[in-house]
Amino acid sequence: MNIYMDYQATTPCDKRVVDEMLPYFSERFGNPHSGHAMGFEANEAVDGARKKVADLINANDPREIIFTSGATESNNLAIRGAVYYYKSDRKKIITSTIEHKCVLETCRSLQSEGYQVVFAPVLGNGIVDMDFLKKEIDDNTILVSIMSVNNEIGTIQPIKEISKLCREHGVLFHTDAAQAVGKIEVDASDVDLMSISGHKIYGPKGVGALYVRIKPRIRLTPLFLGGGQERGVRSGTLPVPLCVGLGKACEIAKNEMIQESKRLTEMKNYFIDKILSSLEKVYLNGDREKRIPGCMNFSFEGVEGESIMLGMPDVCISSGSACTSASLEPSYVLKALSIREDLAHCSLRIGIGRFTTFDEVERVSDKIIETVTRLRSMSPLW
Amino acid sequence: MKYSEKLMELYSNPKNVGSLDEKDENVGTSVVGAPSCGDVIKLQIKVDDEGKIADAKFKTFGCGAAIASSALITDWVQGKTLDEAKKIKNQDVAEYLSLPPVKAHCSVLAEEAIEKAIENYLSKKGEEICKK
Repeated sequence: MNIYMDYQATTPCDKRVVDEMLPYFSERFGNPHSGHAMGFEANEAVDGARKKVADLINANDPREIIFTSGATESNNLAIRGAVYYYKSDRKKIITSTIEHKCVLETCRSLQSEGYQVVFAPVLGNGIVDMDFLKKEIDDNTILVSIMSVNNEIGTIQPIKEISKLCREHGVLFHTDAAQAVGKIEVDASDVDLMSISGHKIYGPKGVGALYVRIKPRIRLTPLFLGGGQERGVRSGTLPVPLCVGLGKACEIAKNEMIQESKRLTEMKNYFIDKILSSLEKVYLNGDREKRIPGCMNFSFEGVEGESIMLGMPDVCISSGSACTSASLEPSYVLKALSIREDLAHCSLRIGIGRFTTFDEVERVSDKIIETVTRLRSMSPLW
Repeated sequence: MKYSEKLMELYSNPKNVGSLDEKDENVGTSVVGAPSCGDVIKLQIKVDDEGKIADAKFKTFGCGAAIASSALITDWVQGKTLDEAKKIKNQDVAEYLSLPPVKAHCSVLAEEAIEKAIENYLSKKGEEICKK
């Protein structure tokens, strides 16, 4: 039996979400944009879902929620859309070195088009360097895009503080909140644009949302053109079952977040304490306190990350080592923390979530301790 | 990464893990790779009076493919003369383990480890002859 501890990669769809979605595949299949009874029915379902997403992130108006295909699209749309729309005034974009690839690649692409892109460094604890941001955010900046929570190390960024800096200079602020929404309190009033993912919060894959502020109104140049759905920002017929699923996932997250967060925090603390006290020279990557409850990232000195994973094939976790990816480079996020280069190869990310049991925490931590000990006995660096 | 059964077997139950006495004049030692690159192989061979490899040991820091490549090559060289051992090529290792292309460097590293260990042994012997 596999044990799943990779909740930052994806989460299982909650059964309650699946149940909510099912009727919209075949019985209530209407196009929400149609002007007849079945269209109205579908549209009502979409708007209900929109309201639930808005409620979770504390948005004032459900119309501020634009459904997309996922956080990658939301991030592309937010950054490119805002920069293209507001380009005549300002030329600078600021992001951080530990953003998700879809943010970094969008920014690099804009850089090649002639925009000035500044990649803010992070401190050793995985929190963005606020002194750097204070210096860089100025009246020539169009947009700042900083993630709410990092996907590899789980650190929580100081969104409220960054928001304040942006407001002082009239700069748009986007946050990729794919790993934050439903895990910690997020507040749409801090930002102008916020990306949300369905499958990171026990919803379906293939759907996400972008919060786009209405007051004052933020405008975006759309990425694709068509029927002008989603307030003209995102054309295309909405995938009603997926939207309904995302809505339900948000509703559950809102109702259960406090309880779930408490349970996960207890398990996480137990896990971290057990690993750190059972093995020498293990390092927790990212700030111990400023992190979401479900994410842990360790470096085990002297043992390569993938080799640990291989030693426990029934445990589904991920590694920041080069060997798990197609490239030979280890995690750019860990490199950005300026940890020793060999330690980036020795890392594991462990993600626990809604369906993780305490028994699983016990078994996986035991397996890690056993496997690391065995591999260290055959390591020339140990 | 999904690996072949042969590779998994060598990773799970590797033979020849350990060290030989580095000061022994019949032992050749090599350390190849770098911690910052995520792969380090320490490989040692012991050569008998007939010029054959009587024992080979390794310790490896690296992914499953690096560990299995080291285990395999230390197995293959046992009982071989130095010239025979030098003929083992990384392609042979890669083929036997069905290494995916992105892991080819692991077999290259294993071949390099054998070469350097033989070199180290020969240079020790060379010094010995000079002393005489």
